[in-house]
Amino acid sequence: MKKLVILGAGTAGTMVANRLVRTLKMDKWQITMVDKDPVHYYQPGWLFVPFGIYEKKDCFKPKSKYIPSQVKMLQADIQCVEPENNRVILADRTVLEYDYLIVATGADIYPDETPGLNEGEWGKSIHTFYSMNGAVALADKLRNWNGGRLVVNVVENPIKCPVAPLEFLMLADWFFHKRGIRDRVELIYATPLPGAFTKPIANKKLSYLLEKKNIIVEPEFMIERADPDAKKIVSYDEREVEYDLLVSVPLNKGADYIGRSGLGDELNYVPVNKHTLLSNKFSNIFVLGDASNIPASKAGSVAHYAIDLFGENFLRHLEGKEMHEEFDGHANCFVESGFGKGLLIDFNYTVEPLPGRFPVPGIGPMKLLEESRLNHLGKLGFRWMYWNILMRGQSMPLPATMSMAGKWKE
Amino acid sequence: MATRTIAGKTVQVNDEGFMTNPAEWTKEIADELAKEEGIDCLTDAHWKVIEFSRVSAKDSGKAPTLRTITTGAGVSTKELFQLFPKGPAKKVARIAGLGKPEGCV
Repeated sequence: MKKLVILGAGTAGTMVANRLVRTLKMDKWQITMVDKDPVHYYQPGWLFVPFGIYEKKDCFKPKSKYIPSQVKMLQADIQCVEPENNRVILADRTVLEYDYLIVATGADIYPDETPGLNEGEWGKSIHTFYSMNGAVALADKLRNWNGGRLVVNVVENPIKCPVAPLEFLMLADWFFHKRGIRDRVELIYATPLPGAFTKPIANKKLSYLLEKKNIIVEPEFMIERADPDAKKIVSYDEREVEYDLLVSVPLNKGADYIGRSGLGDELNYVPVNKHTLLSNKFSNIFVLGDASNIPASKAGSVAHYAIDLFGENFLRHLEGKEMHEEFDGHANCFVESGFGKGLLIDFNYTVEPLPGRFPVPGIGPMKLLEESRLNHLGKLGFRWMYWNILMRGQSMPLPATMSMAGKWKE
Repeated sequence: MATRTIAGKTVQVNDEGFMTNPAEWTKEIADELAKEEGIDCLTDAHWKVIEFSRVSAKDSGKAPTLRTITTGAGVSTKELFQLFPKGPAKKVARIAGLGKPEGCV
């Protein structure tokens, strides 16, 4: 029997396990999955929780429901991987030997890495929506908040779902309008990037949205510390931004065991070939989803398209054949813009989000890089597709690599 | 795509003056771009950062983040802000002939 170990049973791990039990000869393979958390969170839903659009119950299901019956699931913390010995050591000292390893433990937030964030004011005047509990606590806060300066700060890139902070601000604009207190709320976006939109065409097409919604951008703001007593954040170049309510997107990093195993870069992401997802160092370790260092968005969409191509490539690799260097960093994301509207963006490693129609060129019905009601409905409808199609390992009727058909350059 | 001549060499640049082909970069170009960014003289400390960033970008295909630079080149974030005041990630990327640090939109 060949042994495959999959670390992580979130979006990427669940999708790939469901694919592999169908493509591998299961009488010859033993697949073991490890995850410390029995709950599978629908992370795209966290954005909606602070505004009461979703509740906690809309954002999770038991992991066990989505793990194929042929797979052995272990609920455990991972101590480390010993890649030279082809084995994984769990926190309880259980040893799992493998012929092949798939790392799919994603990324998580580390608020402790920024002084002042995770101290006395965490959960009071400092919040996050990048965790289930954080999103719920923020919903409680926003429900009764009387207004003031709301600052959204991204500590450092890369982060999961890079458009989420902007979506949060646009939804906040809508939410405070609806509550009748928009005139008492200032919305500020402090980002380490040079602007809210950094790709030329998106910048040209979308900057009006922030102007229209009166969202102020504080660009190139690299936070050094929060001062929870004075209610301000301070950057390395000593700029200060005061807040009444800070919504932080804390530092995102890969799992700690990656660092302990010497597998990761400075943020515990595993360096891989960006077209095949094979580890640069070990020819029997693949990394799927947010856990790798590929220069794509950290998003379930990227994991999904990568895994569409992974199945066949893995078989080729097992047979000793060259893998197709196919994955192009393709992502396809709905972007909420508030007031029941949304945008849709489709892009890859080299092609920036462009205007157009999707998925049928010229027809749509979705509009790319343009606000529409249908895009918002698509985002809400996606939750059903996530649980019933993607997490079951089924394919969407969409090509895995990005297509230029139906897109145009201005 | 626009071109411009920097330090006697014609190179491709984008609308914001970032070089688009790292292979066209030279040290002389770096000196000149640094002056445009308000850095009159590139010291050894600057060069350590620039050279690390070029190697990093060659591997990853994109300009490094601040944390990649501080960890990889062994400078603190504070020092980096002193070397390349006001926006080191962007300044380093421009002087090192790499693309502008970008998000997904």
